[in-house]
Amino acid sequence: MSEKRAQIVCKALSLGYENQAVVEDLSFTVHSGDYLCIVGENGAGKTTLMRTLLGLIEPLSGEIVIGDGLRLNEIGYLPQQTEVQKDFPASVWEVVLSGCQARKGLRPFYNKEEKKLAEEMMQKMQIENFRGHCYRELSGGQQQRVLLARALCAARKILLLDEPVSGLDPKVTAQMYQLIKELNEEGITIIMISHDISAAVRYASHILHISDHIFFGTTEEYRNSKTGQFFLSMEGGAVDA
Amino acid sequence: MLDKLIMYLEYPFVRYAIIVGVLIALCSSLLGVTLVLKRFSFIGDGLSHVAFGALAIASVLKLTQKMVLILPITVLCAVLLLRTGQNTKIKGDAMIAMLSVGALAFGYMLMHLFSTSTNLSGDVCSTLFGSTSILTLTAGEVGLCIVLSIVVLSLFVIFYHKIFDVTFDENFSRAVGTKTDIYNLLIAVIIAVIIVLAMNLVGSLLISALIIFPALSAMRVFKSFLSVTICSAVFSVSGALIGILISILAGTPVGSTIVVADAVLFALFCLTGAVKSR
Repeated sequence: MSEKRAQIVCKALSLGYENQAVVEDLSFTVHSGDYLCIVGENGAGKTTLMRTLLGLIEPLSGEIVIGDGLRLNEIGYLPQQTEVQKDFPASVWEVVLSGCQARKGLRPFYNKEEKKLAEEMMQKMQIENFRGHCYRELSGGQQQRVLLARALCAARKILLLDEPVSGLDPKVTAQMYQLIKELNEEGITIIMISHDISAAVRYASHILHISDHIFFGTTEEYRNSKTGQFFLSMEGGAVDA
Repeated sequence: MLDKLIMYLEYPFVRYAIIVGVLIALCSSLLGVTLVLKRFSFIGDGLSHVAFGALAIASVLKLTQKMVLILPITVLCAVLLLRTGQNTKIKGDAMIAMLSVGALAFGYMLMHLFSTSTNLSGDVCSTLFGSTSILTLTAGEVGLCIVLSIVVLSLFVIFYHKIFDVTFDENFSRAVGTKTDIYNLLIAVIIAVIIVLAMNLVGSLLISALIIFPALSAMRVFKSFLSVTICSAVFSVSGALIGILISILAGTPVGSTIVVADAVLFALFCLTGAVKSR
């Protein structure tokens, strides 16, 4: 672990909205190349934590230290789909290219390098054939690939994924997990929110379990912990994975 | 019929009306997609009533250049409405409903109390439905309208991609460091300017039609943001031209004729969309 650089260090975080703490005393560290899964019940504060990491909301107390030459806005983000997107007229190309918006800055139009980057990411996600297609008419799995390509345009070091497989059928879910694993093997740090504890222990290197009792450690430690054993047995004995 | 049209076109006020009509239609269509998709359509409606109230104040104060008062008040309200719309604690839509009927009532009362005109209901009717004001434009008002249209158009072109970004996925934009608040503010200010401009053309009650019809129609047929934007611009300009020409020839009120033309075009687009998707 020592040769890995710490990218995000959270110290005694207290999270929530308008002084109403959802999560208290949360500490964990993410190193480059980690695959961290954040699990926990609905309303436990997973999405709040993610929004805090992205700088969308301020932590109530505690601090987040960003290391490894990373800036807070260099985190690629795969949000959950919003209502607006369901009837938004946008082509796949327009969506992927919008991942370069931070690079573009105040320039009115995208330049050649940015367009090239968007092309590359579309090839990587195998969606280059859908270039002119309408985003809202794609299948759920294709839409997630488009959003992944966009996130990769924004950042190459670290990706935050918010429930990336929700609403996907089992086959596409497996493909999605495989894709995320491949990205992780290329050296991209993955932080993923998930409901699916059995998939989390299968793919992730670290687990952060948010509930009344907060657990943070490697997947191995999680399997052996009380929290982990309790929840894994509830999931139906996926410990053998 | 053509002779009659050519005869009318020789009058400068008719040419002014056409120039201003086309420019306003063009500007109002551009942000329509953003407004509809961000669920901001109601803001346009609320602001138009605010503009009516401001106009009433300006008339009571007997200002010669009414824009000087109407524009800042409407822009201010646009900013305020956007702020409350984002705050989940105060119900944004209720706030807008309150503001818009309040401004309407306030404006009518002011006009009633202080108006020296003998035809008060005619005055009110023309402000609300824009029946004659576009045909009485002065060269100065046309100039102002051209300048404001150029400003709106260039802002839209410069920030086209940013407007797309904050409309499609505001959370993602904020996460990668785009200052979404500033762009939302920009959108609100542009809307306010467009509404003040469009009051001359269709009156304050019918402005929303100019903003929403083109966007909804284009979204029925086209699939990308760029093509929808271009299509709604073309739609809006054609609707305005058809409406103005019909109203000149048939003597119908300009504003409502344009809106009826837009509604007919919308029906055609719905039909095309339905056929295309089969």
